[in-house]
Amino acid sequence: MPPVVKIEEIHKIYDSGEVPVHAVRGVTLEIERGDFVALMGASGSGKSTLMNLLGCLDRPTRGRYLLDGIDVSELDRNALADIRNQKLGFVFQGFNLLARTTALENVELPMLYGDRKFTTKQIRERAMHCLDIVGLSQRSDHFPSQLSGGQQQRVAIARALVNEPQVLLADEPTGNLDTRTSAEVMGVFQRLNDEGITIVMVTHELDIARFCKRNLILRDGMMVRDEAVANRSLSATELEKLSSAEAAAKLTGAKS
Amino acid sequence: MRFGSIIKVALRALMRNTMRSILTALGIIIGVGAVIAMVSIGNGAKAQVEAQVASLGQNVITVFSGSMSSGGMRGGWGSSPSLTIEDAEAIEREVTGIVGVSPEVRDRNQVLANGLNWNTSVNGESPDYPDIRSWKIASGAMFSDQDVRSVAKVCVIGKTVADQLFANSDPVGQTLRIRNIPFKILGVLDSKGFNLFGQDQDDAVLVPYTSHMKRLSRRSYISSILIQAANADVIDKVQKDITEVLTQRRKGREPDFTVRNQVELAQTATATTQTMTLLLAAIASVSLLVGGIGIMNIMLVSVTERTREIGIRLAIGAHGSDVLMQFLIEATILSSLGGVIGILLGIGSSQLVSHLNGWPVLVSTASIVIAFVFSAAVGMFFGFYPARKAAQLDPIDALRYE
Repeated sequence: MPPVVKIEEIHKIYDSGEVPVHAVRGVTLEIERGDFVALMGASGSGKSTLMNLLGCLDRPTRGRYLLDGIDVSELDRNALADIRNQKLGFVFQGFNLLARTTALENVELPMLYGDRKFTTKQIRERAMHCLDIVGLSQRSDHFPSQLSGGQQQRVAIARALVNEPQVLLADEPTGNLDTRTSAEVMGVFQRLNDEGITIVMVTHELDIARFCKRNLILRDGMMVRDEAVANRSLSATELEKLSSAEAAAKLTGAKS
Repeated sequence: MRFGSIIKVALRALMRNTMRSILTALGIIIGVGAVIAMVSIGNGAKAQVEAQVASLGQNVITVFSGSMSSGGMRGGWGSSPSLTIEDAEAIEREVTGIVGVSPEVRDRNQVLANGLNWNTSVNGESPDYPDIRSWKIASGAMFSDQDVRSVAKVCVIGKTVADQLFANSDPVGQTLRIRNIPFKILGVLDSKGFNLFGQDQDDAVLVPYTSHMKRLSRRSYISSILIQAANADVIDKVQKDITEVLTQRRKGREPDFTVRNQVELAQTATATTQTMTLLLAAIASVSLLVGGIGIMNIMLVSVTERTREIGIRLAIGAHGSDVLMQFLIEATILSSLGGVIGILLGIGSSQLVSHLNGWPVLVSTASIVIAFVFSAAVGMFFGFYPARKAAQLDPIDALRYE
């Protein structure tokens, strides 16, 4: 089975300013189906740029990107939109749910775009099913403002899942959450990964990266380390530890 | 994206800022309301003028004598002593398709009766005159052809004259003195009201044209001839024939008369009100334009405010065209809702004007349909630029927007 993500010598140069910025300098990467990758690096390391390239939100200046066997490096705006709609799911740091729109309607949103035609009933059922996966089917009619941060992020995950993507991309998904909620959300990701969903996430927190299977570290636009996580954290055990030692958790917890 | 979902999203976005939506739509409401009210009032005035023209009589053709020049001074139409009774008789004899002819001689005289006097228009006419003008006799009778032939001292008086001179008695059978000559009153005409030019049509005395020419004005010519054609289809042919007969009778001399028909008169009379209506509608349209700019303004604000939302939609697979449609539909809903309310307001205010001022108003379906389509088009036109701006946003920048 070919890798779901295959990047060959990819470069991204921004030359909108006075000096061209070489944000990504020749990254080569393969991600197999069922992998759970954390992309790490200091700010300015190019991890966000690489994430935008992986997410088909941006096109590489040079290099090739095969997503699920399709070369997406040369596709136009609308074709990229369709790829994002059908092959990718996005989870953002700031949740990015539509305000004053119920959880269910937020989850339905990706199905309203794209070529696939669903009936209203199908849309509703699929959205409910995805909310069920993240354990929020009881709150389907709540607005984002009525949900906690963790719950909002779980709605965002449900939205990312609804079109059955090849890869789930998460950009600092726990950045706005406290330690306990972060562990819960990572638990959701781990469960999804156990069911075979490929996940790539950007994080700058080591203990969050340890929930993943594989850690990639970027520095100055280049891949400097690619290693499997030896002693993987598991959501259930981490939550248990947190409960028994709240004070200790605070010392190593989320910065936000 | 499906149309139903787009409408739903647009309505929700508009309802999120109810007050702002209402104020934005207000521009369109006022614009459309003003257009509808102005056009209704204009149409009402036009209909009134048309009714007045129709009250002059059906299918009437008028022959005026030409203008007379003496010593370099040129008189107006009717000043030349060129139309004669013989002309009228020739028309009656030779032109087919006419149902009535009345030679006309008019002047103003002081009339006396009942110890009172009144200055009024004394018109020499033929017995066909009330039929030509669709004018009923309220009491008594019209004078006859026999009265014309015998140059009888008889008359029929208008309602105003009757009111002025015979306030408490029946004028029929009494005597009216014109230039001190006693005329026997045979009948009283029904009230007809004011004509197009604001003259009281009931302020008149009708006498046989022969009596007018021989006993009162002592003129040998007539000022005009009224002819009624049998129906609207023959009116053009009758008009042509009349011109031909009169031209022949003049044996190659310059034509010293004009022949006009009612349709031309109606066109002249309604031209003014039409211009007024157009002018008023043009002024009202300016406010519609201003309303459209208001929509553009608010849509631009809305696009900026919702940059993040647009980013989310683009990130999860919306095409630029989906976003364009969303904002375009939003602007169109805003303006067409404004249009509907404006139409109701326009109808309401024109009814109010009609009620308060007694002006006739006529709300036409066409003006309602046009106003609605136009208001929707205004929304689409002024919504396009903001919508395109939203559609062209870069998803990465839009998602990062704070």
